[in-house]
Amino acid sequence: MGNERVKSSRRKFLKSAATIAGSAIGFNLLGSSRYLVFAAEPKEEALPWYGIVIDIEKCIGCGKCAKSCKIENDVPQEPFFFRTWVEQYTVENNGSVDIISPNGGIDGFEQQVPDEEVFKSFFVPKMCNHCSKSPCTQVCPVGATFESPEGITLIDEKYCIGCRYCVQACPYGCRFIHPVKKVANKCTLCYHRLKKGLDPVCMEVCPTGARMYGNLRDKDSKIVKFLKEHTTQVLRPNLNTGSKLYYNALSMEVR
Amino acid sequence: MDPNIQHLYEMLSKAQGYIFPNELDLQWGILIVVYPYITGLVAGAFILASLERVFNVRVLKPTYHIALLTALSFLLVATLPLISHLSQPQRAYEIMITPHSSSAMAIFGFVYLWYLMVVLLLEIWFDYRESMVVWSKEKKGIMKWVYRILTLGLSDISHETVKWDKKLGYLITIIGIPSAFILHGYVGFIFGSIKANPWWSTPLMPIIFLFSAMVSGIALVMFIYMAISYFRKQPVELKVLDTIGRYLFFILILDFTLEGLDQIHRIYESDESFEIIKLLVSGKLYLTLFISQGLIGTIIPLITLAFLQFYKRAISFRKTLYLVVSILVLIGVYSMRWNVVIGGQLFSKSFSGFTSFKLGLIGLDGTLMAAFWLLLPVGILTFLLWLLPPWKMVKEKE
Repeated sequence: MGNERVKSSRRKFLKSAATIAGSAIGFNLLGSSRYLVFAAEPKEEALPWYGIVIDIEKCIGCGKCAKSCKIENDVPQEPFFFRTWVEQYTVENNGSVDIISPNGGIDGFEQQVPDEEVFKSFFVPKMCNHCSKSPCTQVCPVGATFESPEGITLIDEKYCIGCRYCVQACPYGCRFIHPVKKVANKCTLCYHRLKKGLDPVCMEVCPTGARMYGNLRDKDSKIVKFLKEHTTQVLRPNLNTGSKLYYNALSMEVR
Repeated sequence: MDPNIQHLYEMLSKAQGYIFPNELDLQWGILIVVYPYITGLVAGAFILASLERVFNVRVLKPTYHIALLTALSFLLVATLPLISHLSQPQRAYEIMITPHSSSAMAIFGFVYLWYLMVVLLLEIWFDYRESMVVWSKEKKGIMKWVYRILTLGLSDISHETVKWDKKLGYLITIIGIPSAFILHGYVGFIFGSIKANPWWSTPLMPIIFLFSAMVSGIALVMFIYMAISYFRKQPVELKVLDTIGRYLFFILILDFTLEGLDQIHRIYESDESFEIIKLLVSGKLYLTLFISQGLIGTIIPLITLAFLQFYKRAISFRKTLYLVVSILVLIGVYSMRWNVVIGGQLFSKSFSGFTSFKLGLIGLDGTLMAAFWLLLPVGILTFLLWLLPPWKMVKEKE
């Protein structure tokens, strides 16, 4: 009898020990879930946390942004490599949608749909969304892609192994492999200019001020005021990429 | 002009609809088709060998060591197409030294090494140690030393020690089965976890990869068993083929069901990507998906294997059917890898158009190179079969 009791109490002890150990491990796993749930968080309060606004109502499709970006950032001139480009959307009366972006819009656009068939037409400038939960940063196997403390997604060119996983992971098609450097390349929000107190070149050259960037942390900044006064939307919100590129007057046809 | 750039200009005229300008070029070419194919063959061949060992399927004894050596030959090559497709292959080691913890790809090196060093090499070593000791005593000259080195100086072949070899080998098999599952399920996860790509992004992807891996590995061992018997002028044992064929039949059914479920789910849910994927499968992937993977690689083998379950006459006819089935299944699974890897990159993430893929013959990313990576393991296997012939091993004492 005594022996039985000892055994059963030992069993109880083992059971509760296992439960405690199990829950401890469980909580630990929850704590380390950042390995699974990927997100960059603003850390240094002193630094700005950048966001971008593109006002579709203001874009005239001149393509100056795409052209100046290529010059400023040494992007190959061939029409397959862009850090930023402009798309022209034309919704026809029958509901069909035509999208074009010849040479990224650098040479301007010509409307191919006859006027009487056009329901509406607009330009959509595209660039890196500098997502706070950026899928490209998440998948980089060596950490060559990273988020700067200001929330800008950057690439360490000396570190990138050229596996191209990030290009696959970006839902917006914003990355490419630089044909000369043989590493991934993308918009840096002209980080080199920001650091000198200059604006990103695409924003500086935009004749209508359709592009704007600013500190999302500063509640008095122009960008925060704009976001307050306008209804904006990010691209592919269903993917939960934490995009910090907000479009004003974004039409539902745009992806 | 740089030939790559020239190639892109040619592609420009072949794009249909609207694609993002950076999407013209396919990032992953035929080497990345070959990589999951080879990895799958490894996992599949190993799982077949493990089935024999763990469930003690005596009939499959003649294929056990063939399957293990096949797995090793292909595993040794598995990373090479992967590394050679990198734009900066000289930096590949960074993935081992500074792996990025949130990346699905970063763990590959570790999974690979675990599988190679801890599972396959150890298991083969424990299996062969006794024979290698005997061979090192029988052989003369350089081969004597080769076998002596391979035994790592552990030349004790007393009954007790050999029993320990068997026990440890068995233990590694037990560890090896989940490892093989992880190895290939993980390859599926690399694709399945890309939410930007609706053709890849499904939780079923690792499971589909796993089952198609088993299918291809089993078919490969079946084929190699017949090929070895042919070259050694030994009769092919029909009961071996029947048993492997039965496994192949059941796992092919599971594989077909899972892939079918994936497609049915896709069709029934028909989310925002449905229209473009419908165009993809009925257009650019029609031949490789419906004909090569579906009809040739799945339906015909399934019907043939079902027929072979109850047709038990005309021995040589049945052997021929098994040979044909194994080849068709291998073609089918290769097509499946193609449809996943290439198919997933043909449509734009704007869901509004397609780019095209032109497979070159020469170059690092060409057909010849892919063929080389697929044939290299066969060369390695030939060497391993010469070095470690399963048919000359010390007979197991009952």
